[in-house]
Amino acid sequence: MQLDDLNGIAEKHRSSRKKIIVRTCMSAGCMSSQADVIKKNLEAEAKSQGLEADVEVRRVGCMGFCGQGPLVGVDQNGEHGLWEFVKPEDAPAIIAALKGSECKVQRGDPKHPFFAKQMHIVRANGGIIDPERIEDYIAIGGYKALHHALTELKPAQVVEEVTKSGLRGRGGAGFPTGLKWGTVAKSPGAKKYIVCNGDEGDPGAFMDRSVLESDPHIVLEGMAIAAYAVGADQGYLYVRAEYPLAISRLQIAIKQAKQLGLLSAGIFETPFNFNVDIRIGAGAFVCGEETALMASVEGKRGTPRPRPPFPAESGLWGCPTLINNVETFANISAIINRGGDWYAGIGTEKSKGTKVFALTGKIKNNGLIEVPMGIPLRQIIMEMGGGAPDGREVKSVQTGGPSGGCIPADYLDTPVDYESLTKLGSIMGSGGMVVMDDSTNMVEIAKFYMEFCMEESCGKCIPCRAGTVQMFNLLEKITQRKATVRDLAKLEELCDMVKNTSLCGLGQTAPNPVLSTLKFFRKEYEELLQPDPFGPHSNGAAKSTELATK
Amino acid sequence: MNATPAKPQKTRLQSVLEHASGDKRFKILEVHMKKHQFRQDALIEVLHKAQELFGYLEDDLLFFVSAKLKLPPSRVYGVATFYHFFQLKPQGEHTCVVCLGTACYVKGADKITAAIHEKYKIKSGETTADNKLSLLTARCIGACGIAPAVTYDGHVAPKQTPETALEKIKTWI
Repeated sequence: MQLDDLNGIAEKHRSSRKKIIVRTCMSAGCMSSQADVIKKNLEAEAKSQGLEADVEVRRVGCMGFCGQGPLVGVDQNGEHGLWEFVKPEDAPAIIAALKGSECKVQRGDPKHPFFAKQMHIVRANGGIIDPERIEDYIAIGGYKALHHALTELKPAQVVEEVTKSGLRGRGGAGFPTGLKWGTVAKSPGAKKYIVCNGDEGDPGAFMDRSVLESDPHIVLEGMAIAAYAVGADQGYLYVRAEYPLAISRLQIAIKQAKQLGLLSAGIFETPFNFNVDIRIGAGAFVCGEETALMASVEGKRGTPRPRPPFPAESGLWGCPTLINNVETFANISAIINRGGDWYAGIGTEKSKGTKVFALTGKIKNNGLIEVPMGIPLRQIIMEMGGGAPDGREVKSVQTGGPSGGCIPADYLDTPVDYESLTKLGSIMGSGGMVVMDDSTNMVEIAKFYMEFCMEESCGKCIPCRAGTVQMFNLLEKITQRKATVRDLAKLEELCDMVKNTSLCGLGQTAPNPVLSTLKFFRKEYEELLQPDPFGPHSNGAAKSTELATK
Repeated sequence: MNATPAKPQKTRLQSVLEHASGDKRFKILEVHMKKHQFRQDALIEVLHKAQELFGYLEDDLLFFVSAKLKLPPSRVYGVATFYHFFQLKPQGEHTCVVCLGTACYVKGADKITAAIHEKYKIKSGETTADNKLSLLTARCIGACGIAPAVTYDGHVAPKQTPETALEKIKTWI
């Protein structure tokens, strides 16, 4: 495979395109509502209505507007149409509409703020290309960045370009990607590894699933460029077992890339070799932590270990290892193609580029959005998301999952970037954004997350293993209206202890939902408290005998 | 590691291998292990395959895997019990997995589990006495756009309510 061959495939594929393209979303969300049947019906209908020569019914990945699914997009005469809530029996009407007939199916508006305010880098191909055909990816310029990197750039130049872009880790912590790559590149060792973290465990987040399902090659290309930059020849893609569709599409993608010589030995006829294996997770939230994830890749119990040594120095089997999130890798090919300076021009001073968010919960427009960093939360929630449904008010936005916090509606003008969210006691996280309306009880939410952390704690270190249980019990006591102000004080004390003494990120951030709800919604906790029998304003002795007799 | 295994353990292993020789599924599992060159780091992949073939991971099966991958049984058992995805007990004829991710939770997924609990008297992780239905909960299946989501026998259903869930289960029982 050389550049000419790549261009040849792209050209051939482009010239064979039909006039009208009917794109059927076949991502996990729409698949659950019979998207596969819809596609089959559309194909049959195009044939029976004599449009077979002009119409291509294409399987595509996520279009983002999951709450309105199943979605069908139409590209005709340079215009883009969108059909929402499509049912299998709507196929005849949709195909007939291509010829100008009336159609009763709900029409989506591609100019809606939900779409108009987005900026696509990571999801540029989502909903456009067929994720199971590598030719589709090549036809829109795929694998050119890898070619450019391998033939025209030195590894150090690739690292420099990524550093220049200002890209930061999209897994949540926001560590500068260029710096990480540089450290792995400089680490001594003949064998190095690349690991792609697709263990998207935050409940309420599905960005990585969507990227892997919609555009697997963009991740593989990013991994290959990273491998070249740091000098690795083996990569592992760690995906959750809960994402079977993503796994099967990745398997197809890896097979196709190998067949075309874009993976494995001598890529683009250079001495560069790179292999990727899929590792399937088995349902453990803690495996999103990098040292736990490495243990899991090695086939062990996914428990974290202390850092240093950092994976960049001693990772998989003791070798230098580069671990990045799915979304981080998905940004790489665009950075190489268009330059680090271009990427650095997007976003804020410290947070560059775009971020994909999963907008869910009590909000009108559910789905996946990619926005430039620094956009105010209000624009996302109110304009793109349309606010809370059923005439209710937005009360708070939860970002960062069990490691993040709840941002109250008063702070909706906060720009979305790493620093601003941290300042509010939440985190950017991997990109889950769960909106809550005024019917939501914040103490219950804090309890929900604490229960999650309690069950997902791996049990290795005591503060997390025992602390989360105690905090959960205290929260339970509060919601059952059995707690006093002393219990609340104890809860706060425990939060501080678990946060500061846990081994890994899970424990260190487990108190965040409690701390942030305490900070902004303390009244809701206090309303549930009982008078303290030993407090200064009560008759302590009388109360204590009363309690004893109970 | 050099100590000779105690006698009862040896006979157990022998009986496991004997039992395995009569079951085709063990053959398939062994082929799968061979595909991974019997590498010990492929343990999780192997357990996934084993669960796919047998439905759950019984002790003999774990013993078989440990013998073939030359791993101590404790290590295999440790991994099998660590990850939520692996089931050590047989499941009911039908499984109903209610997603309890945040998006599903704020949209009332807990009411679905409560309704099933009330009607069939099973909690998460339990199976009805007649072995027809297992209720499980998931931490997030990534279908937040269509919350609350419930997976019935491997098929994800969007925007569920206690009523639709009970109706679906009724068709099974």
